Amino acid sequence: MLRLPVVRHVAPTSLDEVIELLAGDGAMLAAGGTDLVPNLKRRQYPEAKTIVSLRRVAGLDGVSVADGGTIRIGALTTVARLATDDAVPEALREAAGAVASPQLRNRGTVGGNLCVDTRCHWLNVPDTWRQAAEPCLKAGGEMCWVAPAKKICWAVSSSDLAPAMIALDASVRLVGPDGERTAPVGELYRDDGLVHLAKAPNEILVEVIVPAPQGRRAGYRKLRRRGSIDFPILGVAASFRLEDGRVNDPRLVLGAVASSPVRVTAAEELLAGRPLTDALIAEAAELAGKSVRPMSNTDLTSRYRKRMVPVFVRRLLEDLAAD
Amino acid sequence: MTVNGTRYDRDVEPRTLLVHFLREELGLTGTHVGCDTSYCGACTVIVDGRSVKSCTYLAVAADGADVRTVEGVAVDGTLHPVQEGFWERHGLQCGFCTPGMIMSSVALLEQNPAPGEGEIRHAIEGNLCRCTGYHNIVRAVEYAAAKMRGEEPPAPDWEVPS
Ligand SMILES: Cc1cc2nc3c(=O)[nH]c(=O)nc-3n(C[C@H](O)[C@H](O)[C@H](O)COP(=O)(O)OP(=O)(O)OC[C@H]3O[C@@H](n4cnc5c(N)ncnc54)[C@H](O)[C@@H]3O)c2cc1C
Ligand code: FES
Ligand code: FES
Repeated sequence: MLRLPVVRHVAPTSLDEVIELLAGDGAMLAAGGTDLVPNLKRRQYPEAKTIVSLRRVAGLDGVSVADGGTIRIGALTTVARLATDDAVPEALREAAGAVASPQLRNRGTVGGNLCVDTRCHWLNVPDTWRQAAEPCLKAGGEMCWVAPAKKICWAVSSSDLAPAMIALDASVRLVGPDGERTAPVGELYRDDGLVHLAKAPNEILVEVIVPAPQGRRAGYRKLRRRGSIDFPILGVAASFRLEDGRVNDPRLVLGAVASSPVRVTAAEELLAGRPLTDALIAEAAELAGKSVRPMSNTDLTSRYRKRMVPVFVRRLLEDLAAD
Repeated sequence: MTVNGTRYDRDVEPRTLLVHFLREELGLTGTHVGCDTSYCGACTVIVDGRSVKSCTYLAVAADGADVRTVEGVAVDGTLHPVQEGFWERHGLQCGFCTPGMIMSSVALLEQNPAPGEGEIRHAIEGNLCRCTGYHNIVRAVEYAAAKMRGEEPPAPDWEVPS
């Protein structure tokens, strides 16, 4: 049986203590632990010394709707709750309901989902398998096995919630040693498989703020080998308003095709101000397909995954047009 | 923590996972380990009313929690309707996935006493079975759901002329 490496475990009750403890050598933050613990079991974090649990900090759990319709989602809210809470916009419920499996949705949190580590076939295997080859960049080595020419890590952004949150213009509130700040969810990510979050390791995501949907149509579609359990190998999130039959303020975001979620601005510009005809949808879908280059580092082939981009974008936009 | 109604106070190593605690510390080996990485669902137990995968759940995180395993579902030697359903409708072959399947099904029926076939399939979507093809597992849960509502279970497929 795979066991955890020898680690300490602390579960403080205040955010300040969590932040302070995270400054320690080899400290790893855990919420539900459904991403962190399997990764630790596979010895992906040799530096790990202490698990700092967020779960005893009060006030980080729950969904509330303010007067103006703004939705606030605490970082410790479970993915299962997000998938079933009527106050949550449908696109987010769809994305949450597609995460992993029921048991992990019961345990996994929204904050953990947005921060989930990037993944790669060469890395997310037991360490005995990894030892068969030189360690890759993310395992502390000198090269990337997926694209050896350059010293770039292509590990894949694998959160289902991230693209949906970005399509809904959500932002995150982060609390760190120097106080707190709010940033759009899109700005939480860097297109770098090694360091995929644009935040300090001891900055804690405390809540997600989703603006009032105000007639926005939005949805999420996911590609994976099986209908359950698996991480996304493509996620498509879109949102827009229809005004006088024309698309207003569109968002199109792809997940699991790069080390960060990818906003397809070219397609958004094409859609804006135009009537949502089948021809326009097809054109936007083609643009989305051309804008990304999935690598051979996750389930199914990169060619297939690239070919599925326009298909999934088209299906989602058609469904939203028909709503 | 409380396990199947009995309270246990133990000091554990921080790295102990809930499944190791149950199997090795308490000797409750009904909860199986398959994939070890939270894919297969063999290790499913119920913590505070919700199904979870115990192979990536820290035992210390279950401090104070109410944990239920497959050993705790039968009462005084009488099978739980879900267990009876697996028996009556041939919901298992090798039995490796069965404890996890039963816990996912028990959790489902506590929240939804009258699930449709689709809802049953979704509730066990986090549990893999290499043997049965799932069909008879779904029938077993339908059997249990009817029994728990005090109704007559649907006739087994093999008695229904097709
Ligand atoms: C078999 C399997 C399948 C999965 N399938 C999917 C899937 O389909 N889609 C998907 O999106 N995910 C999937 N996951 C990943 C994971 O289960 C979910 O993303 C889950 O929501 C993570 O939440 P958590 O609270 O358990 O995260 P944790 O494991 O606790 O944390 C994940 C990461 O985020 C950091 N973190 C956690 N909370 C915070 C916070 N508040 N502020 C800052 N950093 C934080 C942690 O330090 C850690 O690095 C899967 C996992 C497994 C094992
Ligand atoms: S052993 Fe826990 S899910 Fe497979
Ligand atoms: S009965 Fe053998 S794995 Fe399910």
